[in-house]
Amino acid sequence: MNELIVYILLGVVSVVSALGLLFSRNAVYAALFLVLNFGVAAAFYLLMNAPFLAVIQISVYAGAIMVLFVFVIMLLGAERLPMADAGARIKASRFVVIAGAAVLVVSVVYALLTQGSGAAAPYASDPLAIGMMLFTKYAFPFEAVSVLLLAAMVGAVVLTTRDAK
Amino acid sequence: MNPINFLVALSAILFSIGVLGVLTRRNAILIFMSVELMLNAANLAFVAFAQKWGKLDGQMFVFFVMTVAAAEVAVGLALIVTIFRTKRSTDVDDLAQLKG
Repeated sequence: MNELIVYILLGVVSVVSALGLLFSRNAVYAALFLVLNFGVAAAFYLLMNAPFLAVIQISVYAGAIMVLFVFVIMLLGAERLPMADAGARIKASRFVVIAGAAVLVVSVVYALLTQGSGAAAPYASDPLAIGMMLFTKYAFPFEAVSVLLLAAMVGAVVLTTRDAK
Repeated sequence: MNPINFLVALSAILFSIGVLGVLTRRNAILIFMSVELMLNAANLAFVAFAQKWGKLDGQMFVFFVMTVAAAEVAVGLALIVTIFRTKRSTDVDDLAQLKG
């Protein structure tokens, strides 16, 4: 029961920070709300028996990716968002989206309340087990992802370099 | 309600907020951040199901999703910077030249 209180508190912080991202008028504040959301996700990973992923979440997401976001926002000087940004022009589609989101949440909660038993099964999830699995069962996806990262790196450099002719 | 069910429900809520962000915000950087929020929601569900079934494969998928997200952000932000250089704007509604 005590554990559930921790989960609910973290869940409230997570949803509030996501809503802050959704309604923020300043792009830098939105980025900081997203960092908070990623930090809460890392806490959930720790609670869910995934310590390696928690560290990766902080170092890759909250570190590298969000630094890139904040860097680009400040480089472009685009942190001020216009007031009409929240979508006054697209009212009809917004209601459709809200209805669809409500259907998704209600159906998931209904499915969980009616048939989810969800008892945890014990398993090894230390970095050793992850490394063993990564280099045996998932060796091919691992190599494919390395090629993807190389392509992304070359692509980013090519896209942002001005012609030096 | 036990923690695993709670996390799956939370992941659905976060995913919906991300979809709302993508479809209602007009700034390309904000849209990208909402996409990251959706990817993160999917990761939470993966970890919760890994815990439920006692298998490490779910955590492996989170690992790969994070890598692909990093690549996507690098290329996407490079595109936004390039578009900003020519259009002086990050508003996706300003990119309507192909509209007849």
